Amino acid sequence: MPKPADKVLEVKKLRVTFRTLDGEVEAVKGIDIEVKGGETVAIVGESGSGKSQTMMAAMRLLASNGEATGAVDYRGSNLLELSKAELNKVRGARISMIFQEPMTSLDPLYTIGNQLMEPIMRHQKLGKTAARAEALRLLNLVKIPDPERRLKSYPHEMSGGQRQRVMIAMALANDPDVLIADEPTTALDVTIQAQILVLLAELQENLGTAIVFITHDLGIVRRLADRVYVMRRGEVVETGETEAIFNDPTHDYTRMLLSAEPTGRKAPPPPGAPIVMEGKDVEVTFKIGGGFLAGDPMLLKAVDRINIALKKGQTIGIVGESGSGKSTLGRALLRLLPSEGHVFYDDQDISGFDKQKMRPLRHELQLVFQDPFGSLSPRMTVGQIITEGLLVHEPGLTRKDRDDRAVEALKEVGLDPIMRNRYPHEFSGGQRQRIAIARAMILKPKVVVLDEPTSALDRSVQKQIVELLRKLQIDNDLSYLFISHDLAVVRAMADYIIVMKQGKIVEEGQTDAIFDNPQQLYTKTLMAAAIDSTRFRKEADLEKARAS
Amino acid sequence: MTNLSSESVDGVVSPDGRHLTSPMATEIPVAGRSLFGDAWERLKQNKAAMFSLFYLVAMALVCIVGPFFSPHLYSTIYPDYVRTPPSLSPYPSEAGIETALDDVLRRMRLDKKEWRQDGDRIYVTVTSSKDIDERNTRYLDRSDTFEDAKLESKSADGTEAVFSAAVKQQYFFFGTDNIGRDLMTRTLVAGRISLAIGLLAGIVAVVIGVVYGATAGFIGGKTDEVMMRIVDVLYSLPFIFFVIMLVVFFGRNFVLMFLAVGAVLWLDMARIVRGQALSIRRQEYVQAAEAMGVSQRGILQRHVIPNLLGPVVIYMTLLVPQVILLESFLSFLGLGVQEPMTSWGVLISAGASNIGTANWMLLFPAFFLVSTLFALNFIGDGLRDALDPKDR
Repeated sequence: MPKPADKVLEVKKLRVTFRTLDGEVEAVKGIDIEVKGGETVAIVGESGSGKSQTMMAAMRLLASNGEATGAVDYRGSNLLELSKAELNKVRGARISMIFQEPMTSLDPLYTIGNQLMEPIMRHQKLGKTAARAEALRLLNLVKIPDPERRLKSYPHEMSGGQRQRVMIAMALANDPDVLIADEPTTALDVTIQAQILVLLAELQENLGTAIVFITHDLGIVRRLADRVYVMRRGEVVETGETEAIFNDPTHDYTRMLLSAEPTGRKAPPPPGAPIVMEGKDVEVTFKIGGGFLAGDPMLLKAVDRINIALKKGQTIGIVGESGSGKSTLGRALLRLLPSEGHVFYDDQDISGFDKQKMRPLRHELQLVFQDPFGSLSPRMTVGQIITEGLLVHEPGLTRKDRDDRAVEALKEVGLDPIMRNRYPHEFSGGQRQRIAIARAMILKPKVVVLDEPTSALDRSVQKQIVELLRKLQIDNDLSYLFISHDLAVVRAMADYIIVMKQGKIVEEGQTDAIFDNPQQLYTKTLMAAAIDSTRFRKEADLEKARAS
Repeated sequence: MTNLSSESVDGVVSPDGRHLTSPMATEIPVAGRSLFGDAWERLKQNKAAMFSLFYLVAMALVCIVGPFFSPHLYSTIYPDYVRTPPSLSPYPSEAGIETALDDVLRRMRLDKKEWRQDGDRIYVTVTSSKDIDERNTRYLDRSDTFEDAKLESKSADGTEAVFSAAVKQQYFFFGTDNIGRDLMTRTLVAGRISLAIGLLAGIVAVVIGVVYGATAGFIGGKTDEVMMRIVDVLYSLPFIFFVIMLVVFFGRNFVLMFLAVGAVLWLDMARIVRGQALSIRRQEYVQAAEAMGVSQRGILQRHVIPNLLGPVVIYMTLLVPQVILLESFLSFLGLGVQEPMTSWGVLISAGASNIGTANWMLLFPAFFLVSTLFALNFIGDGLRDALDPKDR
C-alpha cells in the first residue's frame, strides 16, 4: 500500500483531440491532474466538459478517431507510451474502472462467479478453487447478501445496485492502486445510489485505494471527495480541497454549478380551483409470459387502485423509485395504456374512450418524455416535429400558418426560431427538451404529464427547464403531473406530492409537509438519501468506529 | 463525437441562470427543409454516388438506344464468324477472306485458279470442267463476307471465268458468340431485360415488403403473428414450383417474370422491415405522436417509414443483383427469357462454359453486370448516408 502522500497517478498537460468530419475537435485542452495514494479526487463537469475523455485517454480507451498527447504518469511510467503488453499489466490490475451502466457492463450469458473468477485466474495465476474463494471474499467485501448463492446467479437475476456492486468487486479483484469510477451511480435510484456511495467510502477507508470519481453531480462530491477538479469545455477551471470549493468557490462556473439546484417553491392553487383531471381506483395490470402452451401468465399490478385529483393550476409531483409505477400511472391517466377504474377529465368519464373518441381531447392532454434524445424523430426537422400535432388537431391550417405557430412556440420556450429547419441531433440535451416542450405547448394543452423531463439533463440545464416549465404554467394556467425521482426538482416544481412504492400510494400531502415531516419509513429513507449531504461521511466513519 | 461542440451550448448561461442564447427577433423566412430535399443535397456531394448514378443512367440509355444504331441485329447469325474474337478493325481479315472464298467456291463446285484483292473488291478466277453458270454469283452474295457479286468476264469455252465481289466490312467490337451472333448487340439487348427485371422486380419486392412488414411490425400483436405466419408459409413453398405453377397457368411472359421474382423476394424484405418497425414502434417519438392523437397512418407515414429507409435502401441494392441472377437461373431452366432474346445472366452462363476458347463471351457481359452492380452499391451507400440527417 502506497504512503498517503505519494502521487500514484499524474496527468500532465493532457490534450485529447478527435478528428471528425467537421475538422479537429479538442475535447481536453492541456490539463493537469494528480492523484495521491488513498485519496478521493472528484472530477466534476457537465456533459461535454471532457471529464470522461480525460480518464479514457489515461487508460488508452479513446475511440479510434481520438488522439492523446501529454503524459499520464503511473509510478514513473508514462501510460500513453507503454506497449500493449506493459499497459495490460497496469490496466485492470493496478488501475481499474467502473462504468455508468451496470446493466450492460456484465455479460448476460455468464454467471457472476464466472465473470469474477476469470480475471482473477488470469492476472493472479490462481487455480479454480483459490479463485472461487477470492471471488467470495470480494462479494463479501462489497456486501452482497448471500454471496455463495450469488456466485451462481446470472446478471439479469440481480438488481441494478447489486450489479454495480459486482462491478466494483470486479474492479477491486486485483487490489488496484487507483479506481476510476465514471458516474457509477447516475443510473441508479437515489436510495441505491446512497448505498453504493457509502460502500465506496468504506472500501477506500479499508483498502486505501485512491478513487477518481467522475460525476456531474456536485452533491455527491461533497460527501465523498477530498479534492475536486472542476472541468469546463476541456479545461480545469478550478481545483482545491472539497470544503474550500464548496464554501468559497472562486470561478463563476463553479458558483453556477453550486447554485444550480433548482430553487423556489410553488404556491398551491387557490382553494376553489376546479378539478380538471381525476383518477378513481386506477389500476394497471401487465401480463408477463403466458400464452397458448406456456400456462397462465403472471400478473403484475403496476398501478394498484390509485386515487388522484389534479386541480386547475396545480402541480402534483409523483415520486418513487424505478419500478414504482409512477410513469405507468401518468400514461394510464392520459389513456395511453389500458387500465381499470375511472378517469375523469373535464367532468366526463374518459376511461371507456377509444382512440377515435380520445383524439379530439388529445391536444388538451399532453406528455413530455424523459429522454430528449429518443422522443424526437431523428428524420424530421424541428419545425416538422413541433407542428405535427397541428396536422391532427387543426387540419385547416396552411403551411405558412403552421410555420408561424412553430416560430411562436419556439420563442415561447426560449429557442431561436431560425433553428426550426434543423434536425434534433444538432441540439444539446437541454435544447431538445425545450423542443419537446414546444411540441406539447403548441397545442395549447390544459394538462401536461411531465415524465422525468429533467432527469437526463445537467444540473444547470435542469434549473433552466424547471424555470421554463413554471413560467409556462403561469402564462397558460396549466396543470402538471410531474413524475420524477429527483426530489430537489420535485420540491421546486410541485405543490402537492404523492409518494409511490410498488404501485401503491405510500404517502401524500402538501410539498412542505412531506419534506419537513415525512411520516412513512419509505419516504424518510428517500428524503434522507436525497437531501442530507453530509450523511455518508458520518455513516462511513461510524462503520469504521464499529469495526475497530 | 461530432456534436461535442453543440453539446456544450446549454452550458452557456449567465450566473443568474438565464439562457444566453436568447431568441433573436428573426422573421427572415428560411427556406423550408425536407428530408428528401436535404437528402438530395447531401447525395450531390457524394462523388462516388453521383458518378454511379450517371453511370447507371448512361448504361440504361445505351442499352435502350444502342441496339438501334448497331449494324447487327441481336438475332442475326453469321455462320462465317463463329466465335470471332473482339477487334476494333473490321472483319474479314486477309486470311479470313481466303477461307470464306474457298468455302464459297466449294459450294459452287468450282476450282480456284487465282484471286486478288483490289481496293474493297476481290477478283477471283475460277475454272471448271463444265460451262460456268453466271448465276453462281448468288453463292457469293449469300456469304456473310461478300456482297454485290458480278461476273466480270468469261472465257470463250465457258470453263474459266472471273467473278468480282465487294468485301462486306463487318465490325465485331465485342466479338461473336458460339453461333456467330454479334456480342455487342446481344449484350446491350440483354441489358434491357436485366435492368428492367432488376429494377422493376426490385421495386415490386421493396414496395410489397415495406408496406407488409411495416404494417405487421407496427400493428403488432395478433395481426403481426398472422401476417408473419403467412410469410413463413410462402417461404416454405419451393420457389421453382411456384414459378412453374405460374407459367403453367398463365403461359410464359415477361410481366409474369417480374411477378414471380418480386413475389418471392419481398419475403426477406418484409422480415427485415418488420423487425425494424417493431423497434421503432417502441421509440418514444412514436409514443409522443400517439399522445398527440396522430393516426396510425400518420405515424406510419411520418415516423416509421422514414426511419426504415436506411436498411431498406441497402437491402434494395443487394436485391437487384439477386434478381438479375435469379432471372438467369430461370432462363437456364427454360422458364425465363427464350432464345434469341437474352439477358446478362444468360450471356454470362454461356460465357462461363466457353471460358477456355472464347473468354470474351464471359468478359463483356460480366463487365456490364459487375459495373452496374458496383454503381448500384455506391448509390445505395450514398442514399443511406444521405437519408440519415446525422451523417454530415
